[in-house]
Amino acid sequence: MSTPPAVHDPARRASPPLGGFKVALVRLEVRRLLRNRRTIVFTIVVPVLFFLLFGLNSAYASRAVGRGNVSAFIMISMALYGAVLATSSGGAMVSVERLAGWSRQLRITPLQPAAYIAIKMATSLVLGLAAVLAVYTAGILTHKPSMPAELWVATGAALWIGSLLFAAFGLFVGYLLPSENVMQVIGFALMLFSFGGGLFIPLSQFSHPLRVLATYTPLYGLNELVHYPLVQGAFDWTWTANLVAWLVIFTAGATWRFRKDTARI
Amino acid sequence: MTGVADRRGGAGRGAASPPAVDLMDVTKHFGAVEAVRGVNLRIEPGEVVAFLGPNGAGKTTTIDMVLGLTEPSAGDVEVYGSEPRDAVRKGLVSAVMQSGGLLKDLTVAETVAYTAHLFTDTRPPAEVLERAGITSIAGRLVGKCSGGEQQRLRFAMALLPDPDLLLLDEPTQGMDVEGRRSFWAAIRRDAQAGRTIVFATHYLEEADAYADRVVLMRKGEIVADGTASEVKALASGRTVRASLPDACEEALRAISGVDRVEIRGESILVHCTDSDAVARYLLTQTRARDLEITALGLEEAFLALTSAEPGQPLAGAGTGRATDHQTRSRSRTEPRSDIEPYSDHQARSDIEPRSDHQARSDHQARSHIEPRSDHQARSDIEPRSGDGSRAGRRDLRR
Repeated sequence: MSTPPAVHDPARRASPPLGGFKVALVRLEVRRLLRNRRTIVFTIVVPVLFFLLFGLNSAYASRAVGRGNVSAFIMISMALYGAVLATSSGGAMVSVERLAGWSRQLRITPLQPAAYIAIKMATSLVLGLAAVLAVYTAGILTHKPSMPAELWVATGAALWIGSLLFAAFGLFVGYLLPSENVMQVIGFALMLFSFGGGLFIPLSQFSHPLRVLATYTPLYGLNELVHYPLVQGAFDWTWTANLVAWLVIFTAGATWRFRKDTARI
Repeated sequence: MTGVADRRGGAGRGAASPPAVDLMDVTKHFGAVEAVRGVNLRIEPGEVVAFLGPNGAGKTTTIDMVLGLTEPSAGDVEVYGSEPRDAVRKGLVSAVMQSGGLLKDLTVAETVAYTAHLFTDTRPPAEVLERAGITSIAGRLVGKCSGGEQQRLRFAMALLPDPDLLLLDEPTQGMDVEGRRSFWAAIRRDAQAGRTIVFATHYLEEADAYADRVVLMRKGEIVADGTASEVKALASGRTVRASLPDACEEALRAISGVDRVEIRGESILVHCTDSDAVARYLLTQTRARDLEITALGLEEAFLALTSAEPGQPLAGAGTGRATDHQTRSRSRTEPRSDIEPYSDHQARSDIEPRSDHQARSDHQARSHIEPRSDHQARSDIEPRSGDGSRAGRRDLRR
């Protein structure tokens, strides 16, 4: 009647590059995560507290381990714990977002499912980095952990990158359990995995059958590998085997659930 | 649905501008349940179309297929001549969903910014916030927004890609009267720019007031398609009911304004436009008694058209009047040519009963219906105006 229909030339419109992945989106996701106080407490505050509780005990903290001391060893364990908590909660965000219908909302935008996963991974890594930096900063401030400077960097980087394994775990569980309780499940599972991996108690203190069982749990390989630069000694290929096996399992699981989810498109 | 096929065989295909939406023999079933059954529908650019029907009529499934959220089990869906997913990727189509689709831990402004980052080219976030009327709550967390505010946020998000086609799935579900009015005011301002708008609703009032074409759905099928006034006309007039042994059908048909006559034993039902003439005839020329005159309001029209058993042909639907309407409404060139007759409804408060040409039963229906959810309202209505609507339904089925 008044104005002609606002029809655009469909060819003029282009889909965004990289399937819609943008740093600005990661920034918004991180801001969201930081707003969740529980996430901050569990992934950043708790690992630091654990380090302060267990890593400074004068009975053993200064005892030598490889190229450093026990305090450094425990600092690495706690940073790993924080990092895997961070990446798995980042991955598990998909669960809450599916429940909220956000995933469905995203499907009526140009964002590609793979880019969505990439955004979640990147967000998890940012939170993971924060967890690592928090524990390492506590280490620096307390002057207890001791190891050569390059090992601070090497172990920190190794456990940060390695924690991506648990982003896959978080995604898998997040797609598997469509509920707000997914974080409780993840928190409990990671607690078990951390004991199994020897993050809290040295595996040497376990009984033999338990110790054997522990070597099959998902944090065992990663934990041994990130401590290796500090501990040195004989390299055990079963650590790598453990890591690769769990990476395959978690990635396959996440991919399977993810495909099932997007098949509803 | 012959009109569609004819058009398609003719000049329709391959024209310079493709239809905004083209559904071709679309069927969707979920397991054994057939949600959409052989729907053919073409929506031209610039039309404002309401999908009207009760829950389970297939409205949402149809919208999901247009958005590429669901694949049809059979048939084809095209949006501006492309696959729905492609149209979405290019930002040609966006939608306001019924519920969900928002993150509670983002603010209103952040949600809009997030969505804006997903497209290559969008309207400025500040502009869409303004157009949706939520600039003042931009800093509020989504979780703290009311249902109406959240819906306007969804609307703002849908405006970002400046889509050519906007789909709204029961957009005012659960909103209060004021929320609905301001929501529709925003949509109407937007529609004036010529955007194609398709909305699903089970509020007749909304379809009547805001759409220039109403597609009535029932059990996965389109049962009527025309302008709101045409759909209303399908069930307009009044029904005169009386007890009259040995009624003479021919004599009744001869009265001016009589559309249909139904004789059931001693009861007669006369559907007509001039109920006075019928009543006068019955009371003066025959031994008729227990005479009742019932008007069919919009609610009854809706019930009549949407609650007939599947498989039974509806008078208005496949054959006869509605098909004529269909063809006529489709050949219309001016998108909002018939919005005018409804301007009075729009201006008026939603709960005010109609005071113009509508009959009393309609008033009651309306004032009862408005504040509640549609479902309760409809079930409330049925027993009350039972005779009228049932009679209407039968008439229409002929």
